[in-house]
Amino acid sequence: MSNEARALPGQGSNHPYLRSGLLHCLLIAASFVMLYPILWMLAGSLRPAEDLFGGGASLVPSQVTIKAYSQGWFGMQVSFGHFFLNSLLIATLATLGNVLAASLAAYAFARLNFFGRKLWFALMLGTLMLPYHVTLIPQYVLFLKLGWINTWLPLVVPKYFAVDAFFIFLMVQFFRGIPRQLDEAAQMDGCSPWRIYYKIMLPLSLPVLATAGIFSFIWTWEDFFGPLIYVSDMSLYTVQLGLRSFIDSSGTSSWNELFAMSILSLIPIFLIFLFFQRLLIEGIATTGMKR
Amino acid sequence: MSTSIQLRKVVKRFEALEVIKGVDLDIEPGKFTVFVGPSGCGKSTLLRMVAGLETITEGDLHIGGQRMNDVAAARRGIAMVFQSYALYPHMTVYKNLAFGLETAGVKRDEIDRRVREVAATLRITEYLQRRPKALSGGQRQRVAIGRSIVRDPDIFLFDEPLSNLDAELRVQMRVEISKLHERLGNTMICVTHDQVEAMTMADTIVVLRGGEVMQVGSPLELYNRPANRFVAGFIGSPKMNFLEARRTAPDAIEVPGQALQLSLDQLGRCSAETPVTFGIRPEHIMLGGEAGQSLGEVKVDLVEHLGGSTSVYATMPSGASLTILAPGQLSIRHGETVPLRIDAANCHAFGPDDQTLRN
Repeated sequence: MSNEARALPGQGSNHPYLRSGLLHCLLIAASFVMLYPILWMLAGSLRPAEDLFGGGASLVPSQVTIKAYSQGWFGMQVSFGHFFLNSLLIATLATLGNVLAASLAAYAFARLNFFGRKLWFALMLGTLMLPYHVTLIPQYVLFLKLGWINTWLPLVVPKYFAVDAFFIFLMVQFFRGIPRQLDEAAQMDGCSPWRIYYKIMLPLSLPVLATAGIFSFIWTWEDFFGPLIYVSDMSLYTVQLGLRSFIDSSGTSSWNELFAMSILSLIPIFLIFLFFQRLLIEGIATTGMKR
Repeated sequence: MSTSIQLRKVVKRFEALEVIKGVDLDIEPGKFTVFVGPSGCGKSTLLRMVAGLETITEGDLHIGGQRMNDVAAARRGIAMVFQSYALYPHMTVYKNLAFGLETAGVKRDEIDRRVREVAATLRITEYLQRRPKALSGGQRQRVAIGRSIVRDPDIFLFDEPLSNLDAELRVQMRVEISKLHERLGNTMICVTHDQVEAMTMADTIVVLRGGEVMQVGSPLELYNRPANRFVAGFIGSPKMNFLEARRTAPDAIEVPGQALQLSLDQLGRCSAETPVTFGIRPEHIMLGGEAGQSLGEVKVDLVEHLGGSTSVYATMPSGASLTILAPGQLSIRHGETVPLRIDAANCHAFGPDDQTLRN
């Protein structure tokens, strides 16, 4: 056993470049397979429409044009920029609501003593197991009776009532890791539970708040089903609903415009990943949680 | 300003578990009181009940003559220094010191004046813009103390304030806390499991065991006249030697192989032949000489030279172990047999109920 263990690093050190080169080739090949659909979509968005399905699997367009971008952006009765703005507003409001409400609920579960705390916590965790679709119809009926259909309210307002058990659980785990003596010190300093929450807990929980915020933004941005159910007026459409408008059931679909706008819709998510990757990992690592 | 604290039949229960069992205690204004006892004796819980961080299950807590059971921690006029210091990691030292005053709505100029004054007193002015993680243990400790002083409370509570410091710093901070007490004159309560800290800092020591008060008194009272075997063993370092003995006459006991004349007031309380425990501190045993009376001869197992004193670990003919602490540097070797002598005035005896046989 120990001989084998010693032999392995020895083998590697004989051909370090060969080994590393092979490994890199393998990883690059795997990455290419993963990225291929996106690259093909990017290539498709830059091809002339008639060339789209003729080129087979080739990634290199015979002719490069950005016509699909301008047609996609301005081609509908409402500009695609409007959908972007809608999506941005909904995602921002929903993220704000999720972070605020989930952190308040998590603070209560992690730090405050109230009647039936354990029971409520178990119930809250239980909702993690409920698929979204199970509550869809009762929710729809509720929002219909409130007169909220064909508005953004069903997409935004619930987030301010801590409906996402995953975020609450993530934050409870994080809050439990903050030493209780800090709360007690603040209590001795005259802080109310509310002041402890926003002066002590929130500033110390930035990694987990960022994680929840980023996930919340991405999931809301990517959400297709919610807007599809609740929004019918085109001026209220999100990006995901706008993309669907390019595919016409009658058969005259504008594929390369769809591809062009799909590429654009990925940019915000891509940028968020690029800039907040470290916070995202820190937040997940420090709570010992994975989804 | 100094304030008195009274505890009357104070009980703390965590569900079925009773951790504080009816404690009665009077803490005089301006005194430095130390709660001492082994781990799990309830000393920290008792302190937290005074602070208002634990509810009081039964009994009454009076601070400055007012019942405080249901008064919020911040309104008791108390500041507390935590074992881990509990400095807010996201705030600078300045903010840490100012936080309590900001919460109380004190004006900005006044906050600044008080923070700078306290920082100067504790020699932390140059660290005011640093975060706690950029400070050493001793500096953090001073910030934690500063945070309590700046609010100008009536009472200071310290929860094992020195346990996270290294030996040298511990002695230094011990002196600083004692000086602080002298200067401020406030009522202070400190919790520790270290009897040396208790002896050196306290005006009054409260020895706790299993949620009950074993004895309350000045350090020397506890050292000279321990109320029971537990206190006798807990106070003093090295620990008191205990030998099984029996009473042979109203003023005499016999440890195996050696009769001793003791003038203990209550020895007569025990009937003849009653088993008692004989106690003598290591520093009260003399090696050889003519003074006092003989404790027989012992065989030396181990000698530790501390420079100023010498510790000798020895075994009696009966097999009982003894520790002896002799002043100066002795040339005793392992395996030697040495005669021991004791002064009856320094001896202790404990009855079968472990209570001391002396008034």
